[in-house]
Amino acid sequence: MKNPFISIVGAENVKDSQAHLLAYSYDATANFQAMPDLVLSPKNTEDITEIVKICAKEQIPIVPRGSGTNLAAGTVPNQGGIVLLFNNMNKILELDKENLTVTVQPGVITQDLSIYVEQNGLFYPPDPSSMKISTIGGNVSENSGGLRGLKYGVTKDYVKALTFVAPDGEVMKLGGKLAKDVAGYDLMSLLVGAEGTLGVITEITLKLIPLPVTKKTGIAYFNSMEDAAKTVSAIIANRIIPVTLEFMDKGTIGAVEDFMKIGLPREAEAMLLMEQDGNDEQVDEDIQKMIAIAEENGATSAILAASEKEADILKTGRRAALSALSRKRPTTILEDATVPRSEIAKMVKAIQEIAVKYDVQINTFGHAGDGNLHPTCLTDVRDKEEMERVEKALEEIFQVAIELGGTITGEHGVGEMKAPYLEWKLGASGMKLMRNIKQSIDPQNIMNPGKIFAKEMKKRLVIHNG
Amino acid sequence: MVSELQQRMQESFQENVSEEYLMDCMRCGFCLPACPTYLATNQDETHSPRGRISLMKAMRDGDVVWDGSVEEAFDMCLGCRACEPACPAGVQYGVLIEETRVAVQQAKPQGGVEKMVRKAAFDGVFADQKKMASTVKLVQFYQRSGLQATTRKIGFLNLFPPFMKEMEGVLPKVESKKKRTMLEKPKTTQVAFFTGCLMDTLFQETNRKTIELLEWLGAEVILPKEQQCCGALHGHSGELEKGMRNAKANIDAFDSDDYAFIVNNAGGCGAFLSEYGKHLQSEPQYRKKAERFSRKTIDISSLFVRLGMNLQLKAMTAEEGAIVTYQDSCHLRNVNKVFLEPRSLLQDAPGFEYKELIDAGSCCGSAGIYNLLQPEMAKKILDLKMKGVKELQPAKIITSNPGCLMQMQVGIQQEGLEKEMQAVHIVDFLHEVVQKNQN
Repeated sequence: MKNPFISIVGAENVKDSQAHLLAYSYDATANFQAMPDLVLSPKNTEDITEIVKICAKEQIPIVPRGSGTNLAAGTVPNQGGIVLLFNNMNKILELDKENLTVTVQPGVITQDLSIYVEQNGLFYPPDPSSMKISTIGGNVSENSGGLRGLKYGVTKDYVKALTFVAPDGEVMKLGGKLAKDVAGYDLMSLLVGAEGTLGVITEITLKLIPLPVTKKTGIAYFNSMEDAAKTVSAIIANRIIPVTLEFMDKGTIGAVEDFMKIGLPREAEAMLLMEQDGNDEQVDEDIQKMIAIAEENGATSAILAASEKEADILKTGRRAALSALSRKRPTTILEDATVPRSEIAKMVKAIQEIAVKYDVQINTFGHAGDGNLHPTCLTDVRDKEEMERVEKALEEIFQVAIELGGTITGEHGVGEMKAPYLEWKLGASGMKLMRNIKQSIDPQNIMNPGKIFAKEMKKRLVIHNG
Repeated sequence: MVSELQQRMQESFQENVSEEYLMDCMRCGFCLPACPTYLATNQDETHSPRGRISLMKAMRDGDVVWDGSVEEAFDMCLGCRACEPACPAGVQYGVLIEETRVAVQQAKPQGGVEKMVRKAAFDGVFADQKKMASTVKLVQFYQRSGLQATTRKIGFLNLFPPFMKEMEGVLPKVESKKKRTMLEKPKTTQVAFFTGCLMDTLFQETNRKTIELLEWLGAEVILPKEQQCCGALHGHSGELEKGMRNAKANIDAFDSDDYAFIVNNAGGCGAFLSEYGKHLQSEPQYRKKAERFSRKTIDISSLFVRLGMNLQLKAMTAEEGAIVTYQDSCHLRNVNKVFLEPRSLLQDAPGFEYKELIDAGSCCGSAGIYNLLQPEMAKKILDLKMKGVKELQPAKIITSNPGCLMQMQVGIQQEGLEKEMQAVHIVDFLHEVVQKNQN
């Protein structure tokens, strides 16, 4: 199998040792693992075109993979085939200061890009928690969010153009450095968040904005989760749109403190991290208002971070929340059920009740400001009985989120993990339309097969809420 | 077909590598950017902490069988433990890689030569300070007798990896004892000095200066006679039990109430000393003593800071001159979390301007004897390091560990920068500064 690929990318970029197949058999999703047959590192779009053509002819699955930080088993090669890496395609190609865009190869690390554009006085806002290691290609394919989503939106809001290799090897350039463009269907947007199921993205042009002059961060602690949730709603109702409005519950605060040792109060039931950026005056005004709102809503303490360094440390802590939680039990399974932000308090309460009902340990953190929570089940995959309860609890969380007008995933993607639940959100007709689109673009189903579309759908739960 | 060796290897992993520690890793990948081998291999997951932990687990579970590729993945690990502070989940990678090395060591058949070398090294030289001293005398003899020149000609060293030859070129000249050169203060505190096997032999000068500086700062320095090599080399090579034999000898040698600190001047040794308590948890006879020993362990920079050296340095006046920088000792930084103290001393040293080296916290590729075992990867990592050095152009690169010191010296030599810069142990550097500026 490997010889034709060696002649395309060179022997040093073809790996099929046992160690390599194992090392590319997983991503950051607990309990999902499958070995590929080959691991390839193409050098450019032409290489990828050649690879895709062979795969189309031989019906070999292709799984594009960034750094493997995916949280929905989107990059696990569950039907074998080729794992396609972008470690040789990690250059920043162009910074266009007149059109305010940057063009990159998919393998560029998100944080490297962020630092690069900021050095040039520009700003790329999407900042997934894994930005230190995640790639732009992965972010685009997953339509990743981040801590700044509330004010600045998510990855899709910044993609201007894509170069893309279709499953038949055809190369297309979609979009452009344009502020307006209504020529035909928005095919470019279809590829953003397609999780590699429609083709391989090989070049990306991103929109940039001017770097805000200043930013400030406030921290508030609460005696109850409800008070924190009320504060979030009150901030939005007061017409403040902060950059960041992040939430951590007591268990998460403790786990982050175990890792960072920065003196977080372990006794607090909830914590909010509130950041605003912009010009000096506006930032001061908004931050003071948010602190006042937190106090009005029962915060035990609400203060301004002493320095930008302290704020950075707190944000680093928040980004590490999921991994830090895994200190507590052998397995962490997280969700990113998302609701309209007006429903955040109801969602938080429902999660607590569900944890009690199924006797499972759930800690919650997340982007409270945009209704995107990460309830995380702490468990042990080796305990079959507990895992059944965990699954039921997570299903019920999906169900409640949908009932509140929400979705099963806000920013992590469907992957293999949430595929059985997708119909709950889209309905049978939505699934049918999606299948038709997939079928017409990738009729042989070679592009990341087994993701988004599950063999079997879970039966929808019937819940009686009180 | 699974061979007998492969079967034995799986059992050895099941026996030696803790499942609970493996389960701590949730594969988030936050360790990847901290891992020097991952970066030096253009992001090869098999050479990352997450990849290695997955391979350890796969070995246990039988998802992979032992072969050259799996072995290489473990061998390639520097053991620098930079992944530990980066890991939010608190995975004990250091324990896992040591357990892995024990597992491999126990199940792997050794060729005659390797067995002999291991035996000589771990049961002989590094187990016994006297043998170490005589080995060093051999080195001394080798250097002075002209034999060095002869063997170089004969090409004896060609039998070794090319890197070893370069290493041999930078071995310090072993000096005999000299007279004291510094004023002493009245003694206010007592410290015991863990001299370290390499430091006490190849780097005798540095140890002498360590004592002088401590005495200058008002400490009485005690040198317990029965002390041994710390055992780190054994531990990192899958011979943890032999390492613990040395540990016990050291714990006994330093079992006294007379001093509050046991100071060392080699980052690699210091980290291992500070983990005696952890390693001897399950030995009732030694547990408490080992914990006490580890609690008292302190590195030389931290002790200098505690004894007020910063103030003394600040009081000295000299014009700002050459650039001095610092290359962290991985284990001092990642295991003992000491990185501010040496920097503060360098910042306060008169006559120099301190500048931070790019990625100073990332391994230089020395990693114990890694540069001898994995010369190619060590060179890649050193080349990355030297890129930053060339950008900064310091006059002195300060280190806190003999391995790092020699490795940086090799780097300087490879780049042909011997005339512009030197690698210096922090003690030697401070000694020179103090001597020049005291009064």
